[in-house]
Amino acid sequence: MDKETVFHHQFENGLTLLAQPMPWLQSAAFSFSVPSGCQYDPTDKRGVANFACEMVQRGCGSLNSRQFVEALEQLGLNYGSSAGIYNTNFGGALPAVNLHDAFGIFADMLRRPTMPVEQLEDGRMVCYQEIQAIEDDLAQQAMLELRRRHYGDPLGRHCEGTMDSVKSISMGDIQSFYETYYRPNGLTIAVAGNLDWEQLKNEIGELFGDWNKKDVSPPTLSEPQHGNHHIEFDSNQTHIALAWPGLIVSDPDYYVGRCAIGILSDGMSSRLFREVRERRGLCYTVFASCHSLLDRASVVGYCGTSSERAQESLDVMIAEINRLDEGVTEAELSKLKVQMRSGLIMSQESSRSRASSMAGDHFHLGRVRTVEELNEVINGMTVNRINDYLANLGPKQFDLVTLGKQPLKLNDAVSATPAK
Amino acid sequence: MQYQQHQLSNGLTILGECNPRAHFSAFGFFVKTGARDETPEIGGVSHFLEHMVFKGTPNRSADQVNEMLDEMGSASNASTSVESTIYHAAVLPEFQSQLVELFSDLMRPSLRDDDFETEKKVIIEEIMMYADQPPYGGHEKIMADFFGDHPLGNSVLGTVDTVGALKAPQMKSYFEERYSPGNIAIAAGGKVDFDQLVKDVESHCGSWNSVKTERSVPTAEPRFGFESIHKESSTLQYIIQLTPGPARLDPDRYAARLLSTILGDDSGSRMFWEFIDSGRAESAGMGSYEYYGTGLIMSVIYCLPDQAQDNLNRLNQLQSKARDGITQKELDLAKSKVASHIILASERTESRMFSVGSQWLAGQDYLTVAEIAKRYQDVTLEEVNSVVAKYDLTKNMTLVVGPRDDLKPAAELV
Repeated sequence: MDKETVFHHQFENGLTLLAQPMPWLQSAAFSFSVPSGCQYDPTDKRGVANFACEMVQRGCGSLNSRQFVEALEQLGLNYGSSAGIYNTNFGGALPAVNLHDAFGIFADMLRRPTMPVEQLEDGRMVCYQEIQAIEDDLAQQAMLELRRRHYGDPLGRHCEGTMDSVKSISMGDIQSFYETYYRPNGLTIAVAGNLDWEQLKNEIGELFGDWNKKDVSPPTLSEPQHGNHHIEFDSNQTHIALAWPGLIVSDPDYYVGRCAIGILSDGMSSRLFREVRERRGLCYTVFASCHSLLDRASVVGYCGTSSERAQESLDVMIAEINRLDEGVTEAELSKLKVQMRSGLIMSQESSRSRASSMAGDHFHLGRVRTVEELNEVINGMTVNRINDYLANLGPKQFDLVTLGKQPLKLNDAVSATPAK
Repeated sequence: MQYQQHQLSNGLTILGECNPRAHFSAFGFFVKTGARDETPEIGGVSHFLEHMVFKGTPNRSADQVNEMLDEMGSASNASTSVESTIYHAAVLPEFQSQLVELFSDLMRPSLRDDDFETEKKVIIEEIMMYADQPPYGGHEKIMADFFGDHPLGNSVLGTVDTVGALKAPQMKSYFEERYSPGNIAIAAGGKVDFDQLVKDVESHCGSWNSVKTERSVPTAEPRFGFESIHKESSTLQYIIQLTPGPARLDPDRYAARLLSTILGDDSGSRMFWEFIDSGRAESAGMGSYEYYGTGLIMSVIYCLPDQAQDNLNRLNQLQSKARDGITQKELDLAKSKVASHIILASERTESRMFSVGSQWLAGQDYLTVAEIAKRYQDVTLEEVNSVVAKYDLTKNMTLVVGPRDDLKPAAELV
């Protein structure tokens, strides 16, 4: 494999630049993580971070809204943006020769957005459409409600806000949000692909080096709401969303927990897939995955299944999750190791995937791990370490959200044989 | 990058685009069969069979198949469409022979009765899952409305009734006919040892019996009109329109794809400015889809229900206006977008494997990335404008799905 080099530079104003040269590619990918996530939305102006993300893309510097989009398209930039809990992310991929021009436009967008007042209502309509689209995605609705309850406010928010809150947002609210939270300190730019580090560092320095720091106060956190919750809806399937405590990415045992959940849910021979789908034919989709914020984390499970078989599906899921605490086997771990190693090598091919891993690592750990380092962590994992960890977990507290015709019960017992 | 191909004496085709610099290898078994090859009483059998292929062979159980896929750390999946069924996996190069042996074995599945009944439940769950998801079966319905009795109107998933009534022997006889070696190609991309691939495939598949496989390609007689599905619980209104378009090997297909980019790409297109930037719709776009013997251009708009009638009218105006001509600037922008997409896709091993396999499915000779890029670059403004003239987008089948039951075709209001 080609030797990995990851460059890192922090500018005086707190902006972090990360880069990994991949000289064999023609492309480059980048991600801007701006510390202006929806955790900062005032409670009565929910959705303002998302609305601001929409408005900064409606013209900047000398470009009007249409010229902005056309300029990016001429560069062949394939890009997207979204507001998250902590950050607003702007990122994309393009032929590497156009990287410099794209950064010039992004510097204007982040530092000199026009935010034309005559486009405010168009922008608001875009936000309304996004909120309404979620209503039609039942699985996502169940997961969002679970997150809201499990993490509390604002960390469990979804960033779109509500129709009412978005209706109340004024241009002044957006401008004040922009001026307070779009800032260089805490901003991370991650770039991977065919690039020259020294040149890149100089360019970013010229474009962003004279942007002044801004101090912001952290948001106040509220308590989560634990327990069961049912959303009644006349659908064919019942959507089951489950959460229980997990480990944050910066926890030294993170990969121990991650491997345990991998054995539960990664791959077609994983325990959940085999028992819920393959053996009993209860569903099409079932999985569990680790989800980490900065200071709290969870494991999230999901299953979508027809209403009359939903209780059995939930019971079998819980039984498999609880059975995990009895330990995993050598064969399961060695299979998982190959899967994870293979996934890492495959991710190495893509500049997008490297840029986003670098940004994620830096956010959670304050540094970037190379693929080689992750490989060592995975290779060094042992069954004993996982089983010690699992044995000491104690009983799990599940938070459950169901969406469908009928609520479900969290039972302990499950029948040992599939219903025929 | 080196392209190679080989055909076994029983008709099985092997294609490889070998890139020694790649970190891994991708393999796909492309079977020229799908919903269009089904009769009404076995509706959904192609897709059900795709699931059953992973349920084991005379040599291994379903559990052993899944174990082996995971032991190789493979990223594998399968998909069924109206014209093809594709089984694919990406693995580290050291697993090439093992993966090829496994997939070759899977192509001769046992189709055991008890697996058949368990998996039927999974398929019915999948059908119910899609029934709850936008556009609530709208895609299948409009294909059936547009194509009428033509096989391209067949649903890939089938229905709870057709799948529920299927019996294993019906699937077996469908399998015998459609999975004949002459109807299958194995495509490989990335770090591939092609000589070894040929040797392995010869040894695992060389004895497969060849039967005559036919596909009926009747002339499509697309129908135009306006249909509605009333779905009270839906929050958005979903609008789908189909118009005829170029077929798989039609030289117009490159111009038609560029036209779809100009009118309906998700950013910077005419539909983007009309519907997305303005907030008139949550989503709006256009795409060109090619099939054997015919093709179609699909336009979609997902929007708030009270904007749906206005959007139908605006879409009609946008389509009429296209007939006044596309500009050189629009064409140049579309070409630069497509060129960039081609570069980005060419760097992905799996996407190269899919390109090689899909070209075989389309029945065309292999083109390199550079040759494909050139096909787009060579399209002239006259060619795009002649496609606009040839396929009148305002003459279409329209389906609306959602809470509104009072929407009307745009033309009636003009």
